[in-house]
Amino acid sequence: MKHSYLTALVLIAVIAAIAIGSQLIGIRLYDRIATNLLISLVLVVGLQTFMGNSGLLSFAHIGFMGLGAYTSAVLTIPAQMKGMALPDLYDFMKVVEISPLLAMLAAGVLAAVVAAVVAYPLMRLSDAASVITSFALLVVLYTVMNNWSAFTNGPRTLFGLPKTTDLPIAAIVAAVVVVVALLFKESRTGKLLRASREDEVAAAALGANIPHLRWRAFILAAFIAGIGGALWGHFITSFAPKAFYLKETFLIITMLVIGGANTVTGAVAGTILITFAYEGLRGTEGALNATAIGAGQVVGLTEIVLALAMIAVMIVKPGGLFPNREIGHILTRARRKKETVA
Amino acid sequence: MAFTIQFVIDVLSLGGAYALMALGLVIIYGILRLVNFAYGELIMVAGYTMYLSSGSGLPWLVMAALAVAMAVLFGILTDYAAFRPVRAKSVTAVLITSFAFSNLLQNAALLFISPRPRNVPLPDIFSQTVSIGGAITPVRNLITIAASIVLLAAVAFLMRRTTLGIAMRAAATNFTMARMLGVPANLIISSAFALSGFLAGVVGILWIGRIGTVVPGVGLEPLLVAFIATVIGGMRSLPGAVVGGFLLALIDTTLNYTLSQDLLKFRDAFTFSLVILILLWRPQGLIKGPASGQRT
Repeated sequence: MKHSYLTALVLIAVIAAIAIGSQLIGIRLYDRIATNLLISLVLVVGLQTFMGNSGLLSFAHIGFMGLGAYTSAVLTIPAQMKGMALPDLYDFMKVVEISPLLAMLAAGVLAAVVAAVVAYPLMRLSDAASVITSFALLVVLYTVMNNWSAFTNGPRTLFGLPKTTDLPIAAIVAAVVVVVALLFKESRTGKLLRASREDEVAAAALGANIPHLRWRAFILAAFIAGIGGALWGHFITSFAPKAFYLKETFLIITMLVIGGANTVTGAVAGTILITFAYEGLRGTEGALNATAIGAGQVVGLTEIVLALAMIAVMIVKPGGLFPNREIGHILTRARRKKETVA
Repeated sequence: MAFTIQFVIDVLSLGGAYALMALGLVIIYGILRLVNFAYGELIMVAGYTMYLSSGSGLPWLVMAALAVAMAVLFGILTDYAAFRPVRAKSVTAVLITSFAFSNLLQNAALLFISPRPRNVPLPDIFSQTVSIGGAITPVRNLITIAASIVLLAAVAFLMRRTTLGIAMRAAATNFTMARMLGVPANLIISSAFALSGFLAGVVGILWIGRIGTVVPGVGLEPLLVAFIATVIGGMRSLPGAVVGGFLLALIDTTLNYTLSQDLLKFRDAFTFSLVILILLWRPQGLIKGPASGQRT
């Protein structure tokens, strides 16, 4: 238990270092990248609470992020702008305008409620069937976002969200989410769930109600995703449903998997690593586009490299960079070893 | 009467295509217990092969055969790139590598060909219509029905009567035991991927024949259809996949005819909700496959 505190401390220190470091450098581009990184961190750690503990791959996570982003948008776009931003919105919703903080909470709660209703039957499935249905769920959420014009402005870009997310807020939310994920991992539910991940039959024989445990983790993950979505929405201020689909899903799964899905440390490490790699590759792509004369746009190079990296990591180190021990655990073990040697 | 005929032809042609898609996915799943996320990209490969060979002046049937051959080749490539290196490791690892491989192929098409839709050469017969008992039907629907009947019969024959098919079914039931009895594991898995690629190639031509163009994301819808059909039908059973395909087509077509224009946009959401209901009732799918044995 003690090393969990150390883990929390180290990870919060890393988050603080990113936030403060980028503030000190004072370049606006770095601020943007750092904020983006911390928002991705919220999403990836959220996914880890479900995927890491239950061992089931979930594709629906980004869908819940979208749900959160749209909820917060509908609740916070100023009343006088709603006529333009959301022309088809139902009348009674047109006057609603609440503070972004409250809206963020509402976004998380709504995502969690939707997850609770939809996922209840799905959690009885395991292995491939559960992965497939989570994929289908992503498509359903995307279809709804793309077509429910009253709330989402359809496939068109929704604009007018107040820009309230900045680096400190993103850092605070990320730190809280990391602590929640660690607490959940060590809670009774988390422990039983991890037991079911290792051996479904044995855990069930010991009395673990696996579908119910998974259901709880899934709700928590959706709640965090909703919060992350709201956070992202108020950072980017205008978006369209296609922001919440396969490309983003691929990105956060890459982050989690390369870092190591079973640990919160892995989620954090993967997010940082892939964000830097992604920005670097995007920069290269941009430079190539600027130099290549008449050769057409270079698109998709980033994803190709990331996909190759993912396959390579899976072959060499299938558990990711931090396959089963949190950073606190690794540090305490290293110290103890030194003591025994000395 | 005309309406009934129209409805039946719609269901059968859509269902035939869906059943073939599902079958290609379930062949891999049955043996390896692994979902191939790169399955949709095999359809994309078939489409782009058609597009790339359209300038060559070859007869259409040769181009189609070439497209199917490329799909088979890429099916085998999927095995080597995404499955074989991690097969013995965790199930999640393989899901992820196949997902990554799917992204790899899609973005390669984006990078080397174009993000914009490309026209695929089609023979005139694909755009003609005939009238059957008062119902006007595109000929391509009849071609799809014919092709699916022939292929389903061929796969059934392969699975029941040939050594390869029997070995595949043995591997699907109990992989370890099959290996001990002298079934060469790698060969069986590669042939399963080749067969899956073959089905994907044929479906690809029929499917892209409906749309007329190919884009890097063209494989997504067939992949989803195959997913849902196999989940409804039962992940482990080949007849289940076929039943699931036809059932899904029935649901889709019925919704097409009954939903109003406003609600039709949400058709996919309705279909998938129905799937969730079916799973509530039968989590194993409609047809149970053989009891699961150990993998690899």
